[in-house]
Amino acid sequence: MKVGLSWLREHVELPADLTESDLDVALNDLGIEVEEIADQRHSVQGSLVVGKVLTIEELTEFKKPIRFCTVDVGQANGTGAPQEIVCGARNFAEGDRVVVILPGGVLPGGFAIGARKTYGRNSHGMICSAAELGLSGDHDGIIVLPESVTAQPGDDARAVVGLDDIEVHVTVTPDRGYQMSVRGLARELGHAFKARFTDPGLVPAPAGTAAPAWPVTVQDIQGCDRFAARLVRGIDPSAPTPDWMAKRLLTAGVRTLGLAIDITNYVMLELGQPMHAFDADRITGGLVVRRATEGEKLTTLDGQARVLSAEDMVICDDTGPISLAAVMGGQTSEVVDGTTNVLFEAAHWDPTMVGRTARRHKLFSEAAKRWERGVDRQLCLVAIERAVQLLVEHGGGTAGEEVLDLNHPGDPTMISMAATEPRRLIGVDYSVDRIGDLLTEVGCDAAVYDDRVDVITPSWRPDLRQPADLVEEIVRLDGFENVPSVLPIAPPGQGLTPSQRRKRSVGRALAEHGYVEVLSYPFVSPSALVTLGLPTDAVRLANPLSDEEPLMRTSLLPPLLTALKRNVGRGQRDVALFEQGLVFLPDLSAGVPPVMGVAGRPDPALWEKANASVPVQPWHVAVVLAGEFERSGWWGPGRAASWSDAVQAAREVLAAAAVPDASIGVAAVQQAPWHPGRCAAISVDGAVVGYAGELHPAVCAALDLPKRTCAMELNLDAVPLPKPTPPPVFSTFPPALIDVALVLPSEVPAAQVEAALAEGAGQLLESVRLFDVYTSEQLGAGQRSLAYKLTFRAPDRTLTVEEAVAARDAAVAVTAQRFGAVLRGA
Amino acid sequence: MTYRHDPYDPKQAAMLDPAALDDAVAAADKAFADAADLDALAVQKAAHLGDRSAVSLARREIGALPPAAKSEAGKRVNESRTAIQAAYDARLVILEAEQAQRVLQTEAVDVTLPWDRRPRGARHPLTTLMERVGDLFIGMGYEIAEGPEVELEWANFDALNISPDHPARGLMDTFWVKAAASATGATESGLVLRTHTSPVQARTMLSRKPPIYVVVPGKVYRTDELDATHSPVFHQVEGLVVDKGITMAHLKGTLDHFAKAMFGPDARTRWRPHYFPFTEPSAEFDVWFAEHRDGPRWVEWGGCGMVNPNVLRACGIDPDVYSGFAFGMGIERTLMFRNGLSDMREMIEGDVRFTRAFGMEVH
Repeated sequence: MKVGLSWLREHVELPADLTESDLDVALNDLGIEVEEIADQRHSVQGSLVVGKVLTIEELTEFKKPIRFCTVDVGQANGTGAPQEIVCGARNFAEGDRVVVILPGGVLPGGFAIGARKTYGRNSHGMICSAAELGLSGDHDGIIVLPESVTAQPGDDARAVVGLDDIEVHVTVTPDRGYQMSVRGLARELGHAFKARFTDPGLVPAPAGTAAPAWPVTVQDIQGCDRFAARLVRGIDPSAPTPDWMAKRLLTAGVRTLGLAIDITNYVMLELGQPMHAFDADRITGGLVVRRATEGEKLTTLDGQARVLSAEDMVICDDTGPISLAAVMGGQTSEVVDGTTNVLFEAAHWDPTMVGRTARRHKLFSEAAKRWERGVDRQLCLVAIERAVQLLVEHGGGTAGEEVLDLNHPGDPTMISMAATEPRRLIGVDYSVDRIGDLLTEVGCDAAVYDDRVDVITPSWRPDLRQPADLVEEIVRLDGFENVPSVLPIAPPGQGLTPSQRRKRSVGRALAEHGYVEVLSYPFVSPSALVTLGLPTDAVRLANPLSDEEPLMRTSLLPPLLTALKRNVGRGQRDVALFEQGLVFLPDLSAGVPPVMGVAGRPDPALWEKANASVPVQPWHVAVVLAGEFERSGWWGPGRAASWSDAVQAAREVLAAAAVPDASIGVAAVQQAPWHPGRCAAISVDGAVVGYAGELHPAVCAALDLPKRTCAMELNLDAVPLPKPTPPPVFSTFPPALIDVALVLPSEVPAAQVEAALAEGAGQLLESVRLFDVYTSEQLGAGQRSLAYKLTFRAPDRTLTVEEAVAARDAAVAVTAQRFGAVLRGA
Repeated sequence: MTYRHDPYDPKQAAMLDPAALDDAVAAADKAFADAADLDALAVQKAAHLGDRSAVSLARREIGALPPAAKSEAGKRVNESRTAIQAAYDARLVILEAEQAQRVLQTEAVDVTLPWDRRPRGARHPLTTLMERVGDLFIGMGYEIAEGPEVELEWANFDALNISPDHPARGLMDTFWVKAAASATGATESGLVLRTHTSPVQARTMLSRKPPIYVVVPGKVYRTDELDATHSPVFHQVEGLVVDKGITMAHLKGTLDHFAKAMFGPDARTRWRPHYFPFTEPSAEFDVWFAEHRDGPRWVEWGGCGMVNPNVLRACGIDPDVYSGFAFGMGIERTLMFRNGLSDMREMIEGDVRFTRAFGMEVH
């Protein structure tokens, strides 16, 4: 809503010396967001003065006629000498008073005026048109001041042309429709400055007459509970919109479209009542207000042919719908250039209906915005009277005697509030009288008792429905600055949950191991899933930002790989990234959630059913890495990121999640999008929780990733939460260390060999560690040597060599029996 | 030490003369002092303390003396020997120290050689900022509540007093989940990407009994195109308290405390009335931020209010018995003005140079 301060001042007696900053603070304190407060006097910089044209010399040698003028600008140019100005307009004569901007001035849009040579003459300034000053652009030529203006050459011209107002541009919250009007804003400023407010919405207006202004039938009083109308006959169709009105509409961003329509818009801005003006001669028969029939058609004022829904309300004549009620009029009945008989309509429509219609037809007109936010249903007759008076005054014609008012009022809203309620919610001990005063100021009819306040809410405040709404008005007008600051004492809490602690540990562990955290968008394209070999069943958005990416990720990898690629593209060759977050697993068998009300806690069975339809959203953690994981340098060569780093990352995650090493399983597996021979399934207590390894070369190629890019992804929610750590048991007796090198078929996984060794070695084995993997021609094709360091230790004694060797032999025997392993060098 | 048992030589008895012994001590002192390094000192040690040294020879002469003189002479020789040994020990300490010093010097390295063998990782500042907020409130007794990001429309809107026809519902720029092609033929899934963390309010009130003191950090979604100050995916942190006797004064006290913890002891909040369907009364609040890169100023920070009785009712809490407050703010926005960032895109792109600058913890 954008309006000039002068219009507001007509209804509220604001201090004369009000500054823009006072206004800004006051509006903000009232909860009205200030977009801008612009002093129009500053829109033109430099000297903008009244000038009197002394001489005009016609220059004819150019493509278009040009005038070389001398203009008396008084002492404004410092010399009093006539100012020489070249001008392209022709709508003025010698002796006319015009508006001149002198060199050094700047017009709106940053257009700087200087002295320059043009059309062979020196031009010192410019004679201005209204458009050049940022005023209405409807008139051709420059501004010629009328006789009535008394300003003399050299006087500042801003006040003369109307560049002397302060434009107030505010955004109104969705609950306060009444503020979308001069009436509402003036009322609010009255609160802020304790200034007298004269309500233009409460002026007397003629009541409905027995005889209707037009035959009207309202068939659906739920959609339209009030319909008022009145005729003005015989207006002068050529009567222009007065300048002051045009200027106010322009400031508000409303185009002028002819007097009758401009008046409806003007009244809407002033009072907040959307109106419609019909050309009475273009209506055929009586009017019927009803729901549209499904599929009915109407061409609205914007030229759009619209197909209506059975929920829309329409105003019809004998020909069918002529107006999409409350939202936009139709073409067939609109006021046109030759209209002489105007039927003004002001009605009260169901806000829900208007909101749905506006959304359905994507028609968020100024009227619809007001309806949706709530319009005062008592305004209809006042608005009609105001519009009729304006039209008669400026367009001539005669107001019809008949006033139509089809009114189906509901009961006024009454709220009974305990006197203690504001204190209970705000913590300020407002007296019951103070409560009464503040609510009265808002417009409530308040009856104050010792223990309660009973109010009837004002008709323009449909948002006031419960005591809490009244409390908001009390604290708003009394001021938030009067609310004390008191820190509440919460009962003792439990701290982070184990799962919350675990997420933090995992993040820290990965960062400490060289991975950089990314928070990427979870939107993915079906083709990305196909490329990665992942299922394309995914949660799909109805209105994705990009049609390319309508799906929600089922894996963290697609967006994370995009981030990796972006880094590589920016010259970071060695990249290791991680991300933690939700993935979204669709359940195609899940139904639509049941309808649940809001009157009370949902029925537990319904709530459970509703939640069953929410996709499962497990917390995943993933890493991707490419380039060198350890860099080369003066210390020696670096080491390329490999599948083993990805597996290691999984182990780091599980270690951070307090999973004991013994519970972790690693097994070769073939799983997209990984390399079929370089992918490990990571399991905890036998249950697979994720995968790690090198990506499939085809995936790297298709996504244009660095070769041998590696990745790991775990479902952290599938990892069991840690149990209390058992007491560590260790011996202080000396260890016996024995190395064994086993030759066995290459396809036997090291993890299985290690398990076999541990099994065979028995209780005395403290640890087993693979320290070398070796292949050679001597070993033979398909064979490899795995060298292990076995550490034996007894809890209660120093082991003898014989005991240690016996344990080793037992360990080796199991590998021999199970895998055909041969002890090398034995 | 082993002694050679040389045959007695009477010529050498002169070595027991006190003046001769003094000379031997003086000569040893000088020789040790002149020894420039440990090798030279070893040579001089042999000369002045060895078997052929003056004091060793003198000691051997003692046996030839009459018993009455032996004690006197033995004492004299021992004193001299002790003096020479002390001189040697003192010099040895000095020379060993010098030797050690030389070794250390030869072992010196260029400590300015690069160190980036294993480049360090980093945590995203949005993550660590959310953790910091969480920790602050945990310290006050709150707990952290969580909820799904693909959320029930009911929890995201209806339960929060945003009915299907409420204008605010249209203002939320919601991502809607497409209905799965199901047997029911439903055209609407009843699911959205949560537009705020507030549905967790409803879930918390449905799963816990008051007193409730929780904060909810998390990811939220709006259909905004990405630019310097907007992102379709961003993070909020939300606070919810429901208890007996909770007032707006408590909300103010909480936000003032929060502001000071985040922005220093000078921080405070300023409130403006506003509208949120799920709170009544509602306000937006600014924070006074002394360290702002453009100078101390008020900065818009978040929204807050007293939980609307309709919300309490929808979640099965009696609004006549309990009252509550809620507040929320954008984490991206907070990080941006707190750390003087100007482009939101940097937080989303995942460029490691951005994230590394914040290390393990945002400061």
